[in-house]
Amino acid sequence: MTGHLVSVLNGLAMGSLLFAIALGLSLVFGMMDVLNLAHGAVYLVGAYVAVALVADGAGLGAFVLAVLLAAGLGALLGGVLAGLTRATPHHLDQALLTLGVSLVVAELLSIFFGNDVHSIAAPAPVAGSVVVFGETYPVYRLLVIGFGVVLAVAVYVLVERSVLGSVIRATVADRSMVSALGINTGRVLVGVFAAGAALAAVGGVLAGPILGAQPGLDEKVLLLALVVVVIGGLGSVRGALLGAVLIGQVQALGTSLLPEYASFLIFAAMGLVLLLRPAGLLPTGGAVRA
Amino acid sequence: MEPTETVAPEVTRSSPRKAALVIAVLAVLVAAPMVLGAYPVTTMTRMLAFAVLVLSVDLLTGVAGLPTLGQAAYFGVGAYTAVLIGLHVTSDAMVQVVAGLAAGLIAAAATGWVAVRARGIVFLMLTLAIGESVHQVADTWSAVGGSNGLAGMPPISLFGAPLLASGFVYWWVLAVAVVLFAGVALVVRSPYGRTLRGVRDNEARMRALGYRPALARYGVFCLAGAVAGAGGALWVAQARFVSPGDLGFEVAALALLSVVMGGAGSLWGPCLGAAIVLLVRDNLSASIDGHGPLVLGLLFAAVVFIMPRGLAGAGKGRRKERPS
Repeated sequence: MTGHLVSVLNGLAMGSLLFAIALGLSLVFGMMDVLNLAHGAVYLVGAYVAVALVADGAGLGAFVLAVLLAAGLGALLGGVLAGLTRATPHHLDQALLTLGVSLVVAELLSIFFGNDVHSIAAPAPVAGSVVVFGETYPVYRLLVIGFGVVLAVAVYVLVERSVLGSVIRATVADRSMVSALGINTGRVLVGVFAAGAALAAVGGVLAGPILGAQPGLDEKVLLLALVVVVIGGLGSVRGALLGAVLIGQVQALGTSLLPEYASFLIFAAMGLVLLLRPAGLLPTGGAVRA
Repeated sequence: MEPTETVAPEVTRSSPRKAALVIAVLAVLVAAPMVLGAYPVTTMTRMLAFAVLVLSVDLLTGVAGLPTLGQAAYFGVGAYTAVLIGLHVTSDAMVQVVAGLAAGLIAAAATGWVAVRARGIVFLMLTLAIGESVHQVADTWSAVGGSNGLAGMPPISLFGAPLLASGFVYWWVLAVAVVLFAGVALVVRSPYGRTLRGVRDNEARMRALGYRPALARYGVFCLAGAVAGAGGALWVAQARFVSPGDLGFEVAALALLSVVMGGAGSLWGPCLGAAIVLLVRDNLSASIDGHGPLVLGLLFAAVVFIMPRGLAGAGKGRRKERPS
């Protein structure tokens, strides 16, 4: 039984990471109507930043540096993607462009870092374990769960309670009206794209000590993020959170109970949700909602 | 969301000139193995099988306005089915192709209803999720070889005689591909094809006229799944091997690239696109130190910015975006 409780914790840690990654994808999709297929590649950039900066036994300083650098690189990539996709308003073109960027980025990463599987150490001060439910459990994963909680609260406050959040929501609802009020909506949209990509890259660093870095991980992460967004409802922050927790649990419990069928279970969960609720669990009807 | 606009397939009456062109192209394709060596013939066989996948993507994306990134899944289901039949049941090529087609149809029918209720970019997203899920299943399920795939399929046979020379396999693949191409062309020109284009261009009006758009989309999704499944069977007829790599995201993305490059909605353009894309991936990639994905990534961007209407639409001006 305690083994399953540990799986639940693993699922929560996975859910926290998925929330960070899926949130960016969902906001960019919900606000700009752009499906960013390079989102997984941006995640991988973050993971490899951690490979480059976080050595075994590295302290918190190196880890924080990796997070900041990844956020910067992610935001930069997000800005580039925002520019490219705005130049081509057609959906199919946007999908192809972001796919192309994704291929190029992933290929450049494998040129620099090779095709090996890299493992990344948790920063030294939090690399140990504590006893939870009578079993040893890595401290780092508990911190990741904490990060998920903090992120969820922060995003809720930002989107629902701040001026910036109301500008963002208004921009989705009526771009020309917001523009008429003297707000540069183009800048708001680029900012959201950059922030979404930065979240993916930071997710890559934070996931490093759990998932490592290797070619092909970009696709897996993109798929999981897509499933989370689809299950939760497009553009919905709460939906992304719910979807991430759900998929995190399905994956962790599936891996510990039915390892052979874990990938079926995620697929089945998505199919079931979509059959019952085609627009996801918490549909927003095209708006951006916390 | 408005349906994406694509180059409308030209429904033209066949003129003698056009018929002559078709016969000339077919003659060249049939004669190819008699002049070319074994390696180019092998490459052309792969191109033909891949072109069948691209044809099915074009049927969805170009004709029905449903951009898909999951069609490689049905291609893969057909390929796995054909290999399993080749390993355990019979080496008869016809049985394998029919089984691949049926498996693609069943898989599309089982998964398609979730996807066809969405359109545009959401449809793309759902097909991507379905396709990647099937890929993950193939990658982890030990009964179908997991990440190692399935190897050791005996050579295919026709009327009891094994096809050992690459030229004979090529002719078989060519024959089936031509039949499938003709079948898809017939569907595109049929009243059902007109219904699909109507649903693509103005769904509200078609609904008002009494059509059921979701049902029409479900039908074409199943049909495209069947075509992709047959393509998968053709793919392994030559390779005699299947692995999760054959149904991955990359394959689906390349199929979509081929369609856009060739001109979505035209049937011959995407088939030509398929040949070019496969040539870049398999042949050019080897000569530039395996950095094919880099070239392909740039090709994606180049196609979007330089040839937005594809080869079939060259010179027809830039595609217009409908306000959404």
